[in-house]
Amino acid sequence: MTELALLLGQAFNGLSVASILLLAALGLALSFGLMGVINMAHGELLMMGGYLTYVVLLVLPHGIGYPVGMIAAFLGTALFGAVLEVSLIRHLYGRPLDTLLATWGVSLVMQQGARSIFGPIGDEVTAPSWLTGSLTVSGGPLAGFDLPFVRLFIIALSAAVLAIIVALIMRTRMGLLVQAVHQDREMAEALGINTRFVDLVVFAIGSGVAGLAGSALALIAPVTPTVGQSYIVYAFLVVILGGLGSLLGTSLAALLVGLFSAGCQIVTSVSTSDVLLLLFVIAFIQIRPRGIVSISSRSLEGS
Amino acid sequence: MRRAEIAAYAVGLALLLFAPLYVGAYNLSLLGRFLAMGILAMGISLVWGNGGILPLGQGLFFGLGAYAVAIHLKLAALGPGEIPDFMQWNGLQSLPWWWIPFKSGLFALIAALVLPTAVAAGLAWLLFHRRVGGVYFAIITQALVLAATTFIISQQPYTGGFNGLTDFDKGFGFTLADQRTQTGLYFVIVAIVVLTFVAMRWLLDAQFGKLLRAIRDGENRVRFLGYDPAPFKVAAFAIGALLAGMAGALFTLNIGVISPAMIGVMPSIEMVIWVAVGGRESLAGAVMGTLLVNFGKDKISSAFPEAWLYVIGALFVLAVTALPDGLGGLLALFRQPQRDESRKTLVMPRVVSITGDGDETSED
Amino acid sequence: MRTGFKCWLALCASAALTIGASPNSRALAAQGSVKVGVLQSLTGTMAISEVPVKNATMLAIDEINAAGGVNGKQIVPVIEDGASEPATFAQKAQKLIEADKVATVFGGWTSASRKAMLPVFERFHGLLWYPVQFEGNECSPNIMYSGAQPNQQILPALDWAKERGYKRYFLLGSDYVFPRTANLILKKHIMHDGLKLVGEEYVPLGGTDFSAIINKIKTAKPDVIFNTLNGDSNVSFFKQMAAVGLPPSKLPVMSFSIAEPEAKAMGPSLVQGSYAAWNYFQSLDDPASKQFVAAYKAKYGAGSVVDDPMVHGYLDVYVWAAAAEKAKSFDVDKVRKAAVSLGWKDFAMGKTKFAPNQSLYQTAYVGKLLPDGQFTILWHSPKPIYPQPYDPLVFPGKKCVVR
Repeated sequence: MTELALLLGQAFNGLSVASILLLAALGLALSFGLMGVINMAHGELLMMGGYLTYVVLLVLPHGIGYPVGMIAAFLGTALFGAVLEVSLIRHLYGRPLDTLLATWGVSLVMQQGARSIFGPIGDEVTAPSWLTGSLTVSGGPLAGFDLPFVRLFIIALSAAVLAIIVALIMRTRMGLLVQAVHQDREMAEALGINTRFVDLVVFAIGSGVAGLAGSALALIAPVTPTVGQSYIVYAFLVVILGGLGSLLGTSLAALLVGLFSAGCQIVTSVSTSDVLLLLFVIAFIQIRPRGIVSISSRSLEGS
Repeated sequence: MRRAEIAAYAVGLALLLFAPLYVGAYNLSLLGRFLAMGILAMGISLVWGNGGILPLGQGLFFGLGAYAVAIHLKLAALGPGEIPDFMQWNGLQSLPWWWIPFKSGLFALIAALVLPTAVAAGLAWLLFHRRVGGVYFAIITQALVLAATTFIISQQPYTGGFNGLTDFDKGFGFTLADQRTQTGLYFVIVAIVVLTFVAMRWLLDAQFGKLLRAIRDGENRVRFLGYDPAPFKVAAFAIGALLAGMAGALFTLNIGVISPAMIGVMPSIEMVIWVAVGGRESLAGAVMGTLLVNFGKDKISSAFPEAWLYVIGALFVLAVTALPDGLGGLLALFRQPQRDESRKTLVMPRVVSITGDGDETSED
Repeated sequence: MRTGFKCWLALCASAALTIGASPNSRALAAQGSVKVGVLQSLTGTMAISEVPVKNATMLAIDEINAAGGVNGKQIVPVIEDGASEPATFAQKAQKLIEADKVATVFGGWTSASRKAMLPVFERFHGLLWYPVQFEGNECSPNIMYSGAQPNQQILPALDWAKERGYKRYFLLGSDYVFPRTANLILKKHIMHDGLKLVGEEYVPLGGTDFSAIINKIKTAKPDVIFNTLNGDSNVSFFKQMAAVGLPPSKLPVMSFSIAEPEAKAMGPSLVQGSYAAWNYFQSLDDPASKQFVAAYKAKYGAGSVVDDPMVHGYLDVYVWAAAAEKAKSFDVDKVRKAAVSLGWKDFAMGKTKFAPNQSLYQTAYVGKLLPDGQFTILWHSPKPIYPQPYDPLVFPGKKCVVR
C-alpha cells in the first residue's frame, strides 16, 4: 500500500466517520435548535435502533431483513422519542440544564434495561450479502486503496437522510411551521401555531434518525448497551461546532470532526487524536463562539 | 427559626464528632471518604445551585487534586535513586522532570489546590468571556473530562495509565496504613468540611453570593446594572474546582488509590446527582445528599447489584421533576417560611440562548 | 480547640481499636463455619467476564462443602460486587476483611482492580486469590497469583509463532495496562530474536472505529497480528477487517483476550480461524477437566461454556482448602506457606502447583477457533512452565521473593 493510498484511505475514513457522526448528531441538532433541549438519552436512542435492527434480523435473517430492520429502528425510536417528549421533556421546557440531567437519568435506565434484556456483551448484526465486500484498487499508484461497501452505504444513507430532512423543512407545510417556530416561537404561538405539536414532531423525527444511525452503526460495530455513550460526546461536539441547530453547520461540523480525527490518526494514536480534537473545539469556539453557521437573531445575546 | 437551624447543625456536628464511638472501622472510613466528597458537593452547590452553571466535569478537578497527592505518596515510599514501580515496567530510566517537585509534601498540597483552581479559572475565562454558557459549557466540561481520562490512560509511563496510582503507605510524615492515622484523617476531614461550610456560607451571604444568584436568574439584567458577569462566574467556577481538588486530595489519603475510572464522565455526573438529591442551593443539603447517595450505593449495590443503575437513573429524573429543591428544601423550611419565588419565573421562559438559560424573556 | 482535638483523636483511636479487635471471627469459627469473600464485578462492563468466574468459585465452594468442608467447617461465601470500578473493589475488599472478617478472598479480574485491592490486603493482612492472566511485575505476600504470568502465556505464543515461521509482527491492543506491558515484553523479545516489529497501536477501551488502524496494518503488511484488544472492541476489529478482505484466515491473528465465552458471544463465524493462547481450553483432553465441565454444566445449564480464568477461580478454592487442611488453620500466613508447599495435582488444567513466589506452574496451550466456538489445541509447552513475574530479558536482576 502506497503513501498516497494511505492518505486517500484516511480521507475516506474521515468521510465515513463524519457520516456516522452526522446521523448521530442530526436529531440532536434539530431538537436543540428548535427547543434548546439537550437530550442526553440520544445515544441510547441510537443503541435502541441497533437493538431493534438486531431483533428484526433474528426474525428475518436474510434478504429484506436489514431494510426492514432499519425501518423498524426508525419507527420504534421515533415512537419512543415521542413518548419521552410527552412524558418528560415537555415538562422541563425552559430549564435546559434540568432537561439534561433528567434525560441522563433516562439514559442510565435505558442502558441497564438493555443489559437486563440483551445481556452486557455485544450482539452482532451481520451485514446483508449485498453489503459485504469492497471496491479495491489492485494496481497503479493507488494499489491497496479500497472502499468497503458498508461504509459507502452509510455515507449514502446519511446524505439521503440529510436531503430528506432539508426537503421536509423547505417543501412541506410542516416544515414551514418548524421554520416559524424556530425563528420566533412566541410570534408563531400568537399566530395560532400549535408549537407543542411542532416540538413533538421534530423531537420524534430526530429520535428516529438516531435510531437509523444505530442501525447503520450496527453494520460495523457490535450493538452493546453502552454503544451510545461512545458516540454521544462526539455528537455533542458536532452540534456545538455546527452552531445553534443549523443543518448546514451540523453537516460541515461533522465533516470537520471526521476529517480532523482521521488526519490526526495518520501521525498519532487514537487517544491523542481525541485530546487534540477537544482542544481544537475549544480553540474554535474562541473564534466563533456560536459555531460555524450562526443564525443572526434579534434576541438579546452577545456578540 | 434561626435557633432551630443552629440546633440542627449542632446535632449534625455532634453526630460526626462522635461517629468513631458508634460506627465500625469500615463504616467510619466510608464516612470519611463521603464527607471528603461532600466538600466537592458544596462546590457544585455554589457553581450550579447558586451560579446556574452546570459542571459536568468536576471529576477533572477532583482528579488533579487526587493525583497531586498520589504522586507525592508514590515518591515518599521510594528509596534514594529509585523510580516508581510502574515507571520501571514501562521502560523509563529516570523520574520525569515534572514529578520531581512533588517529593515535597508541601508542594504537593499546594499543587492539589492551585492546579485545579488555575485550570478551571483558565477554562472558564476562555469560555465565559466569549459568552459561552448554559448547555454549551456543560457539554464542554464533559468532553474535557473525557479527553483528560483518555489522555491519562494513554500516558501510562508517566501516570500509571488505567491502573492509576496506588500502593503507597507513607506520606506527609505519616504511615497511612496505621489505624490511628486513618482516624486522625477522619477528624481532619470533618474539620475541613466544617471550615468549608462556614466559609461558603459567608461567601454566599456576602455580595458575591447575591450577585451570583442574580446572574443565575437574569444575566442580562445584571449586565444592564453595570456589572460584568464573567469574572463572577469565573470566580465561582474556580472556587468549585478548588473544593473539588481538596476533596480529591483527602479522598486519595483515605482510600489509598486514584485511577482514571474514578474521575471520568460517569463519576463526574454522579457528583451532580448528589447535589441534586440534597438540594442544589443548600450547602448542608449538598453534603447530606452526598452521604445519602453514597451510603445508599454501598448498601444497595451489596444487596441488589443490578438495581443500582435503575435507582440512580430514577433519582436523576425525580430530583429535577418532583424534588427540585431536594432534601435541602426540608432544611430551608427552618429558614424561610414561604418558598423562594425566584425559580418560578425561571420555569416560564421558552426561548433559549447560548449564553444562559433563556434569561432574556424572564423580563415579563 | 487544638488540645481538644488531640484528646478526641486518642480517645477515638483507642475506641476504634477496641472495636476492630472484637473476636468476631473466632466466635463464628466455633459455630462450625468459615467465611470467605467472593469479590467480582456483578455489574458494569466487566460483569460479562467476572460473573462466570464467580460461578466457578461458587461451584468449588459447594463441592467442598458437600464433601464435608474445610477443617471440619462449612464454607460460607460472602459475595460482593466490584461493579467494574477499582475504587469499589478496594472499598468492598476492606468491607470483607474488616466488617465480615473473612478468612480469605477470591476475586478480581482487571489489573486495575487488583492494584486497587493490593494496599487493602497488605494493610489489613488479608489474602487474595487472583484468577486471571496478567502482566506480571507484581509480587505481594498477600496475593496468590493463579493467573498466568507473561512467560506462561504471551511468550509461549511468540515461540509458537516463531516455529510457524512468522517474521513480521503487528501489536494491537486496548489502551490499558495489560496490553501495554505485554507489548513492551513482546517487543524486547521480538527484537532479541531477530524478528521484525512492523507496528504497535492502541485504541481507547471500548473503541469501535478501526478504520485508521486497519489502514496502518495494510501499509505495514505484517505476517501476524498479536491482539490484546478487550471485549467488544474485538468484534468491531474483526468485522472491519473482514470488510476490507482480511479475515483471520488471510491475515493470522493471535488473541490474548478471546476465550470460549467471548467467542460464543461474538458469533464464532466472525473470529473463526483466529488463534488464542491460554493455559486451559474447554476442549482439553483431561479427566479432571471433563469432570469440571460436567459439574459446571449441571449447575449452570448445558449451554454454558468454561474458560481459563474460570478454571483458576475454581482451583483457587481447592488449593486454599487443601492448604488450610495442611496448616490445620485459617491463619493467612500459615495458609499461604502451606499453599506453596503442596505437591503437583491436576485441577482440570493439567498438572499444576504453586511455586514459592506464590504464582502457579502451568502449561501453555495455543488453540485455533472452530466454527462451533470451541478451540482445537494445536500446540502446548513441553512441560508446566515456572512462573516468572519479572521477565529476565526486560527487567534484568528483578526477582520475586515472598517472605
